[in-house]
Parts: sequence; C-alpha cells; structure tokens
Amino acid sequence: MADSDFVIENRIWNPAAETMKVSEIKDLQLRRLRETVEYAKRVPFYRAELEKRHITGESIRSLDDIRKLPFTVKQNMRDNYPFGLFAVKPSELARIHGSSGTTGTPTMVGYTKNDLKLWAELCSRFLVAGGLTPDQITQIAFGYGLFTGGFGLHYGIENVGAAVVPASSGNTQRQIALLRDLGVETLICTPSYALNLAEALEQMNLNHGEIALRYAHFGGEPWTEMMRDAIESKLPIHAFNNYGLSEVIGPGVAGECAARRGMHIQEDHFIFECINPETLEPVAEGEVGELVITALGKEACPVLRYRTRDLASIYRTSCPCGRTGMMMSRVKGRTDDMLIIRGVNVFPSQVEEALLKINGVTPHYLIELYRPHNLDEAVLKVELAPHVFSDKMDEMIKLKDRITRDVTAYTGIHFKLELVEPNSLERATGKAKYVADHRNLKVE
Amino acid sequence: MKITQLSLFIENKPGSLNAVCQILAKNNINIRTLSLADTEQFGIMRLLVKDWQKARDVLSAAGVVVKVTEVLALPVDDHVGGLATVLGVLDRNNLSVEYMYAFTFGKGDKAVMVFRFEDPDKALEALEREHFDVIEGVELFH
Repeated sequence: MADSDFVIENRIWNPAAETMKVSEIKDLQLRRLRETVEYAKRVPFYRAELEKRHITGESIRSLDDIRKLPFTVKQNMRDNYPFGLFAVKPSELARIHGSSGTTGTPTMVGYTKNDLKLWAELCSRFLVAGGLTPDQITQIAFGYGLFTGGFGLHYGIENVGAAVVPASSGNTQRQIALLRDLGVETLICTPSYALNLAEALEQMNLNHGEIALRYAHFGGEPWTEMMRDAIESKLPIHAFNNYGLSEVIGPGVAGECAARRGMHIQEDHFIFECINPETLEPVAEGEVGELVITALGKEACPVLRYRTRDLASIYRTSCPCGRTGMMMSRVKGRTDDMLIIRGVNVFPSQVEEALLKINGVTPHYLIELYRPHNLDEAVLKVELAPHVFSDKMDEMIKLKDRITRDVTAYTGIHFKLELVEPNSLERATGKAKYVADHRNLKVE
Repeated sequence: MKITQLSLFIENKPGSLNAVCQILAKNNINIRTLSLADTEQFGIMRLLVKDWQKARDVLSAAGVVVKVTEVLALPVDDHVGGLATVLGVLDRNNLSVEYMYAFTFGKGDKAVMVFRFEDPDKALEALEREHFDVIEGVELFH
C-alpha cells in the first residue's frame, strides 16, 4: 500500500477480528445471530415477539433471515424501564448507563463484566486505528455520567494501555491547562467542542509548539468534512470519526482508520441493515437509509434490529488499511425529530412534557439553536399563557426560573428561556414547526 | 377608594411599546400615568386609564396579555421627607408594598404616588383608619 493512502501510520488492534475474510465474517455472524436469537428469549418482550413469529435460532438459515426478526424501537425501552429488556438479573450487572434527561421517560442499558470487556475491546479498535498507542496520554472531555461517551472511551483507552486524563466536559481554561501541562497527545470530545478549544487556544496566544496534541477522536454529534478541515487547520491534529449509540452498546460500533474513507463497522459484533424508514425494505448498497443494528454476543441487553433513526449508507469495499468489515458513511441526519445539543440527545416532546406540567396546557413554543463560537446555544421561546401572567416582576422572574429549571430537568440541556407574547410564534400548517436550527455545521 | 390598574406583558424588542400605545390612541384612550418594569427580555407595563374596561377589551382583542389589578393612589407632601412620612404610616400598619410609581401630575401642592399592595383591601382599611386621604379615581381622571 502507498503511504499516501494514510494520514497517519496504519495500525490494527485486533487483526484476527478486523481483517477476517468476508466469508468468515458472515459465517461468524450467522452463528452468533442464531445464538443471540435463542439468548434473547430470556427477555419476556423478545420471547413473546419471537414466539408470535415462531422463530427460534434454528429457523435462522441465512443472514437474510434476520428480516424475520422483530424490530426494536426506543419506545420499547421506555415501556420496559428500567430493567424490562435486560436478560440478566440486576445482581449480575456491572454497570448501568442511560439517557440524559433526569426526569421524563428515561431509558436504561446495562452491562455485565463481559459486556464491559467487549465494549472496551471495541473502543480499542477505533482508537488504535486513529493513532492511539500505549505510551500516550489522552484527555477525555466528554461528560462522565449516564452518557456512554465518557466511560466507554475511558475503558477503551485503558485497555490499549494508554493513560487517561478524565477531564470530563466543560471548563475550557482548565482543559487547555491540562492539555499543555500534561503533554496530552490524544483528545476525545465532540467536534464542536474541539473548535471551541481551538478558538480559546488562539485567544491565549498558545502556539502549537506548546502542545503535544496529535490525534483526536470525535463523536456524540453529527459533523462534516468541512468541520474536519476547519479543526485540523486550527489544531495540530488528525481527527477521526467514530459511531455508536448506547442502545446497542455505546461508542465502538464503527470507526475510521488511517485512510479515513468511511467508518469500519465491527461486524463480528454488529449486523447492520440499512432500510427505507417508510417501507422498512432494505435500500440498495451505498444508498442512504435508516441504520438498523443487531448486537451479537452481548449479555445484559441483547438487542435485535434496533431502529437507530440515524440516516447513513453502508457499503462493502476494500480499504487499503486491510480491514474487511462493512463500512458506513457519516450520519447524514435523523428520521425523527431528535436534536443533538452539545452532544446530548433531546426530543421536542421532552420540552413539551415539562411545559405541560407548568401551564396545564402545552403552550406554543419554539426551540432555536445557534452555534456562536462553535458551541451550541439553545434558546427556548415560550408563549406566555394569560392566566399565569403577573403584574409583579418577582413572580414573573420566578415563573421564568421555574420553566428553565423544569425544562433542564426533562432534557438535560440548559435553555436560554424567552417568554413571548401569545400568538407571536409562527403556527405551522401541517407538520408542526417546533425547531429552528440555525447551527451552521460548515463552521464560521 | 381602590383604583383599577392594567398590567401588560411587553416583549423587550423595538416597536412593542409603540404598538400598545397605538392601540390606545386609536381607541381614544388617554394614559394618565404609567410605569415600566423591565428585564433584558421582557417588561411589565402598568398603566392607569379612565375607561379601563374599554382599554382592557381593545388590548385583549389585539392579543396583548392584560391583567387587571387594584392599586391605591396616595397624596405625598412634595417636600423633603414627604414620601418617608407616608412609608412610615405603611410600616406602622404592616402594609407591604409590591411596587409603586409616581403620577405625572400632582394634587394641589402634593405629589401623587400609586401603590401596589399585596392586599389592597387591608391597605385601604388601614389607611382610612389612619384618616389618610386616599385619592378617588374621579379626581385622577377628570
């Protein structure tokens, strides 16, 4: 292979798994799919669905038979909160992660010790593909918490043998001090936060010679090639994209290699389908559709055909890096109204729930998203209901504070709240317009 | 006697105050006095007009959020310590003032202040007991 194929040295963490012959991958997937179907019967929800369809592991004769299996959607997880979709007893769990909102209808995912080992292994693969070596110091600027980003990457890095600085999110000045003082070489964060860090570095007049940064792994929100160009022109790094979602495990499902021609899917543990979200039929290879993922070999939360709502394409191609797994494009959008704000997933319905509790009726509202200085800013405009209006300023401030607090509790996002006059927000004809996204992914 | 005050919700953006005043002008309603409490994002405009029912109706019809509240108008000696004397009476009677603002004109040699009390009835009763000259609405809207 020509060196020019790669932006950094080509490295593979687990050659046996990552460069397996395609025919062997498919045999392995079929065997594991059968086992997963049998195993999923431990979960009453799946047992009922499978029995209804008279499906057993043995009735799966080819990988195409995956289409006989039921889909899993986010609502199934909400309906079975907290442990209903778990295949093991709570006492067998080693970790629990979940959705970000602190109230409302959360979803939980669990991990056994083996699941955590598998998860760390999967994260190690994309980290090493993107330049991580055991001698490095890495800084994680993802939030640590229920969100899978922080802990997922943390254990992946430790599994490779590198050191972790668990900086968590926020406090840009401290992040920069750590980067500089500790000689951090690899940065983990959202791409928009990387741009924010770059801007702060400029303001501090720190030149690139003073920091050792060389690699970055971005996830948690959609980004573009133009953003990559912008980040790499402002920071002395090679930036790599990775993909994952807590419902199937977290980060580690797919990631870029040194050739950066798309993300390699970890096919020994995930079967990807790409479907038309309307007809639910598969789209042609390389066409954009909704990703549907079946996880193989997980213990705590087996998941069959999870409808991710993420729009992307999948395709098989030969990559100069030698990996053989199917590849996926960047995520191009969503089939639902989910928003990703500062890496946190938010649905307008969560905002509605919070507002309903305060007003008795859902008022008209509008979520406005901006990205000044490369950090998401969320504004929530709420039409004032005449019956809650007071002539006393302190009561109005209290009302505003309460709405802000409740919406934060339901979404995990701090919105800048604006009370507006009744009927001042645009009324949608047809599909309601609750969101105005002014964020420019193409960077200022 | 209590006086009826209208409070309006006003967004803090260019033109919103004018829009309200235009509505009142078009309906031949004169503002006797007003006060504005504002934040960075919105404000509360309190105003006294003679025909408050009509003002409320035309403003509501135009989509303005209007709240009707009762306030008291008190004469205040227009010299040093005038307001302090009045507030002393209020303190002695445990009357808490939510907010207050001044009239644009006086009554004889006195200034007139508008007081929003937590409990207007209790305030009126206490002030009458003190033989306080609570100003009648008619005097303000002649």
